[in-house]
Amino acid sequence: MLKEILLAFLTGGCLCAVGQLLIDYTKLTPARILVAYVVAGVILGGIGVYQPLIELAGAGATVPLTGFGALLARGVRKAVDDAGWIGIFSGGISAAASGLTAAIVFGVIVSLIFRPGSK
Amino acid sequence: MDKKLPDTGTYAQMVKKASPGSPAGKNLFFAFLIGGGICAIGELLLLFYQRMGLTADWAAAMVSVTLIGASALLTGLGVYDKIAKLGGAGTLVPITGFANAVVSPALEFKSEGLILGTGVKLFAIAGPVIVYGVTASWCYGIILCLIGQGGMQG
Repeated sequence: MLKEILLAFLTGGCLCAVGQLLIDYTKLTPARILVAYVVAGVILGGIGVYQPLIELAGAGATVPLTGFGALLARGVRKAVDDAGWIGIFSGGISAAASGLTAAIVFGVIVSLIFRPGSK
Repeated sequence: MDKKLPDTGTYAQMVKKASPGSPAGKNLFFAFLIGGGICAIGELLLLFYQRMGLTADWAAAMVSVTLIGASALLTGLGVYDKIAKLGGAGTLVPITGFANAVVSPALEFKSEGLILGTGVKLFAIAGPVIVYGVTASWCYGIILCLIGQGGMQG
């Protein structure tokens, strides 16, 4: 158990450190970095590089946004395997559905409850 | 002239004292530490959900939901932004950073109404992420289908 947590810490930490290098040494804004991570995740997931990392590092690979991209790619692959070309249109968002719904619903709830700038 | 030299020396010392180490190194350290920490919490949750009997896929989905919920709450309380000042990319890159990017503008623009304020700004940063993530995965699907015509289709 300790080994899994350590691997998640190290892998996740490295993925975040790369993001920090992008912030400090390029002119990429946070929004661009998030988009870059997701698209990179789709590509890495698509060519089959990311799944082994998930098996090694667990949440260390799924929690960073590259994991979100890899999830989209995996969803599309599975849907295409199951249903043929129609799967192109359903696989990605289906796989990401719980995360997207959580972000939207919690976003609305927090916006309703809290006041802006309560910092 | 002679009197100025010690002055510049003191000034340089003051500057050195005021700017701790190399900021880039410090940023990198905290991004690694805090980002890694969030992922370690994610792994702890993952192991917990798997022990509860969820399959690996559902457990991973529940980890995302839990982290997003926690990040949304901390954003509402104004705590996440404080952690983010130290964590930099360590709080941006994990899914909690995505949740923060959803909740923060949604809450901030509440004053412009629940429809055109919260409803629109909710997707200020999530929008591009979803747009290009889904488009990229769609392109991947096209490629899969084109390759699949060669007989790999299951």
